Amino acid sequence: MKKLLLTVAATVLCGGLQLTAFAGPNEDLKEYRDLFMKKFPSVPFQEFANGVYAIDKQQRANWEQIEEFPPYEPYIDQGKALFETAFKNGKTYADCFPNKGIGIADRYPHWDKKRGKVMTMELAIQECREANGEKKLPYSKGKLVSIEAYMAYTSRGKKTDVVIPTDDPRALEAYNKGKEFYFTRRGQLNFSCAHCHFQNAGMLVRTDRLSPALGQTTHMPKYRSKWGAMGSLHRRFKGCNKQVRAAPFKDQSEEYRNLEYFLTHMSNGIELNGPGARK
Amino acid sequence: MRRIVRNLLLTVPALLLGGMLPAPPAAIADEAAMAKEGKSLAFNRKKGNCLACHAIDDGVSPGNIGPPLVQMSSRFPNKAAMRDQIWDATKRNPGTPMPPFGRHKILSEGDIDRIAAFIWPL
Ligand code: HEC
Ligand code: HEC
Repeated sequence: MKKLLLTVAATVLCGGLQLTAFAGPNEDLKEYRDLFMKKFPSVPFQEFANGVYAIDKQQRANWEQIEEFPPYEPYIDQGKALFETAFKNGKTYADCFPNKGIGIADRYPHWDKKRGKVMTMELAIQECREANGEKKLPYSKGKLVSIEAYMAYTSRGKKTDVVIPTDDPRALEAYNKGKEFYFTRRGQLNFSCAHCHFQNAGMLVRTDRLSPALGQTTHMPKYRSKWGAMGSLHRRFKGCNKQVRAAPFKDQSEEYRNLEYFLTHMSNGIELNGPGARK
Repeated sequence: MRRIVRNLLLTVPALLLGGMLPAPPAAIADEAAMAKEGKSLAFNRKKGNCLACHAIDDGVSPGNIGPPLVQMSSRFPNKAAMRDQIWDATKRNPGTPMPPFGRHKILSEGDIDRIAAFIWPL
């Protein structure tokens, strides 16, 4: 364990960032937030929810125009219809979730102590289907993501609130695994996530401006013009892995769920504004 | 024209510093041909894609993660040292985002030579 933290700290330090060696989630939160607030002093904390559009005026103007007729709207409608359609056994998704599944996106991802794993909303929707005798839906895009978009939509205005419980050491371990993933170089091109979204946030890769890690998870799932459709957070993870020529992991794999746990925790306190629209 | 003169001025002492003998005309022609290939390799998104991070010469829409590639001969003692930066940038800066083009076999040794030939006189 000590070794893992050391590796993480060493990587971060090498990236030119002065982060504390043995920081826990609370210390991380403060440090990462300070780092981004310092890097982008004119961006108010809640604005980070808008990702790259919080820091790029020109792209923001285009995006605001797109938001007038949001490309994700039809997906919310489709998701709502699917959400409200009863399973063959007469039950619905609402029966699987607290508050009938409305306005609960702030509860994800969370540590499931009984099962010893990080639960994401997408996985919970899938498991709800299976528990009701329905067949699995593909992850990443399609109907499952539309349902997620609808559930995210009903949660707008709630705040990110990821808890790393202290009564189960495995929760901290999952968080730390996500953190290690984030700071580990991978792929032939040898990048860590942090190289692009910490160290070089705000810089340009050709014409792509790199968004800060802070706030990246608030607007998921998202419609992406490049995809011409909605996609999940894990779909984006896969894309970011592939572009550095690293093998992507599977949707809802332990690696990506832990990564989601770490990354979402960073945005605690930032309002949920999903689904989003991105370039 | 000014640029050529500047490049010559920068290149000649550098060649001397690099401990190289005055190159025969054929070698100069080779070097020019290599530099030309190097330029297209450096700009090609599937090869060097150096423009992702560096402003270079007349490259279109460069990124700005790395410094503009200019005056290389005042930045490095010789071409080999600059080539080494391209081969594995983590040697000089362990936290660098610059991909280790040689160490990770992103580019062949020959292609790195060509890119170095292009970058060095800039
Ligand atoms: C080589 C650069 C690079 C690396 C490495 C990289 N990304 Fe990205 N990432 C991008 C670019 C470019 C975009 C699109 C523009 C933006 O929003 O930053 C992006 C977008 C994202 C987004 C969506 C942001 C939004 O607002 O919708 C997430 C989430 C993300 N990256 C996470 C990651 C994670 C996690 C890793 C590591 C597994 C990673 N990235 C590695 C370049 C990178
Ligand atoms: C992902 C970003 C990135 C890419 C792609 C990249 N570089 Fe770099 N490069 C950097 C950074 C950042 C530096 C600053 C020093 C360091 O961190 O190593 C740098 C430094 C350099 C230097 C030293 C410049 C100086 O003035 O000290 C040279 C030469 C160089 N790069 C050449 C190249 C070449 C040639 C390519 C393509 C084959 C390339 N780079 C691709 C990011 C990049």
